[in-house]
Amino acid sequence: MTTVSSASPAFTGNDPQNRLFGPLPDVQGEAGYATDHPARVGFFTDTSVCIGCKACEVACKEWNTLPMDDSYGNRDTLGLSGMSYDNTGQLGANTWRHVAFIEQVRTVDLPMPTMGPPATRQDGITDAPDEAEPGDSVVTAQTSVLNAEALSEFDPQTSQSGDREIRWLMSSDVCKHCTHAGCLDVCPTGALFRTEFGTVVVQGDICNGCGYCVPSCPYGVINQRKDDGRVFKCTMCYDRLTDGLQPACASACPTQSIQFGDLDELQARADARLETLKRQGVESARLYGRDEDDGVGGNGAFFLLLDEPEVYGLPPDPIVTTRDLPAMWRSAAAAAAMMVGVALSAVLGSRRS
Amino acid sequence: MVTEGITTPGAGWRRAGGSDVAGDGVRAHGTGRRRKGRRGGRRGRGGEVPMVEEADFTSYYGRPIIKPPVWKSPDVPLYLFLGGAAGSSAILGAIADLTGRPALTRVSRLTAGGGSILSVVFLIHDLGRPERFLHMLRVIKPTSPLSIGSYILAPFSAAAGATAAVELLGWFPRLKRFGGVVAGLFGGPLATYTGVLLANTAVPSWHAPHRELPFVFGGSAMAAGGGVTMVFTPVAEAGPSRKMAVTGAAIELAVVHRVENGFGIVSEPFHTGRAGTLLRAAKACTAAGAGLTLLTGRSRAGAVVSGVLLAAGSLLTRFGVFEAGMASAKDPKYTVVPQRERMAARAAQNGHASTVSR
Repeated sequence: MTTVSSASPAFTGNDPQNRLFGPLPDVQGEAGYATDHPARVGFFTDTSVCIGCKACEVACKEWNTLPMDDSYGNRDTLGLSGMSYDNTGQLGANTWRHVAFIEQVRTVDLPMPTMGPPATRQDGITDAPDEAEPGDSVVTAQTSVLNAEALSEFDPQTSQSGDREIRWLMSSDVCKHCTHAGCLDVCPTGALFRTEFGTVVVQGDICNGCGYCVPSCPYGVINQRKDDGRVFKCTMCYDRLTDGLQPACASACPTQSIQFGDLDELQARADARLETLKRQGVESARLYGRDEDDGVGGNGAFFLLLDEPEVYGLPPDPIVTTRDLPAMWRSAAAAAAMMVGVALSAVLGSRRS
Repeated sequence: MVTEGITTPGAGWRRAGGSDVAGDGVRAHGTGRRRKGRRGGRRGRGGEVPMVEEADFTSYYGRPIIKPPVWKSPDVPLYLFLGGAAGSSAILGAIADLTGRPALTRVSRLTAGGGSILSVVFLIHDLGRPERFLHMLRVIKPTSPLSIGSYILAPFSAAAGATAAVELLGWFPRLKRFGGVVAGLFGGPLATYTGVLLANTAVPSWHAPHRELPFVFGGSAMAAGGGVTMVFTPVAEAGPSRKMAVTGAAIELAVVHRVENGFGIVSEPFHTGRAGTLLRAAKACTAAGAGLTLLTGRSRAGAVVSGVLLAAGSLLTRFGVFEAGMASAKDPKYTVVPQRERMAARAAQNGHASTVSR
């Protein structure tokens, strides 16, 4: 027997707290790896510099020899989705990187941005917007306009046409490699396991296609390949990691939108990047999956987004379903006891013929 | 008034080419369903169905956020039904055996054995790789209801199947009693773990009522097991079946009512579409079956009719709950709106209205 448990950190007895949800400082340790395991690795996907080139999708498909599919996951079919430049559609068994495209427009009822005096404009770029005097509508307006201009200057995703502003949000989605992974928790065969790198991987020779992981993922990542019967998802290129290479998608990304590395280093880098963007006035920037107090204990693959998560097809407040499992087991035990009680009283309360 | 700048979250950004609402395509589609939901709601008694407010939400081109279960219908609903009927029959059979009711014992054992073997067949047939069924037993994981369920189903079907076989063949009378008791011990967990099986997913309409589903399935199992044994047992000895069936039906109706009404927007799929139709039919069958049991259960014809109605009600309940979950998984509304509500409640509790990062 191997010493590495395929069960989740829960019930391995190493950690009385946070076994089912909440922050876990040492995910691999909780999964049973000895203390000399490698550091936890992850992806930081900075969508503010994504150009939507889909090099990550192609690199992933090529390296992992994934079959072709359309935007609904139908294998070996071509189809246009009608969703902007996104004909990939969604993550699934055959798609482990998915670049989302969101075209947005906004009517600008502001003074023309080019009218701003250059001096103020300099301030607008460098100062945090909340330094503007509250209640001073002129200053606020100018700050807003200048922010808008600033954003379009450094952000190729936004441009202006007449009274409308247009922006493209692009984001390369991937398996989140959760700290508390629903798929891993519910897998009855142990096919899903936690690697020494802290990632979550399916063992194809074990999976029996029960499909339980599919609805248990709060992000809708893992799926079944119909003609194969088994489930597939991103492995964070486990084979490459063991050889000291970085995952194919991160290698292929031309803008460093996909950054691979040790998770704590990436988290620090992401915090700094968010700080920079906020300082530049991009108030809508936010980190997604970075918070280790969220419902899944934080993600191994987290994101910097420019709009609400659901705009990108991400759940705004995901929780790992097994957080509530103790309550469910108690309820099932009570219901089973109730059945025995009802049957007993039914028999004892009936006259014997 | 000057709007918030471009950089303020939400700041007026809409999806290009869509309507002027953030959810565009989805919302139109959602509205149609809502209208249907209201109509279904009025059909329910006394206007107890809460009117669900128009939900404003955003999605990625109306795509679902979570993946709908790949479990096949009718395999999985039939597994749930057969497992439940077999489980409750096994309990009844074991107690009937110990209190000396030979006819009821025999019928219960045959129901439990047949149901368990059939349920195993449906469970294995649903696997993507059926030949790897035994991989279920290579680990045991308390975090996986399907793992625990396999360790309930395996001994149950072995014991119940063997007991039914020796019952038919008439061999080893003392082994029969032992097998019957073992099956009876695993019968309750078999019937109720399936509630956990469905609830322990990210499917909104299954996860939200996670405390109720085991009771729905437990009650439904007793209605089915009581109903089936009632049909085949001489009425003079079928008193326990009738009592268990009526109690089970009452529990099923009460808890299903709670599931259908107590969970805000994620209760909606239980009223609408196919699931709504199935569950309305289920309630009609179960209520009629329970009523007829009380009125005519002591006559042969009455027992047959009411037993069949109770079993049909239980079967329809399983299909209805299954379909409601599938519907809730396929519409991003049921994933996004409850999560947004949860975040708003949390923000209110923390005393600050968070608008940006969550």
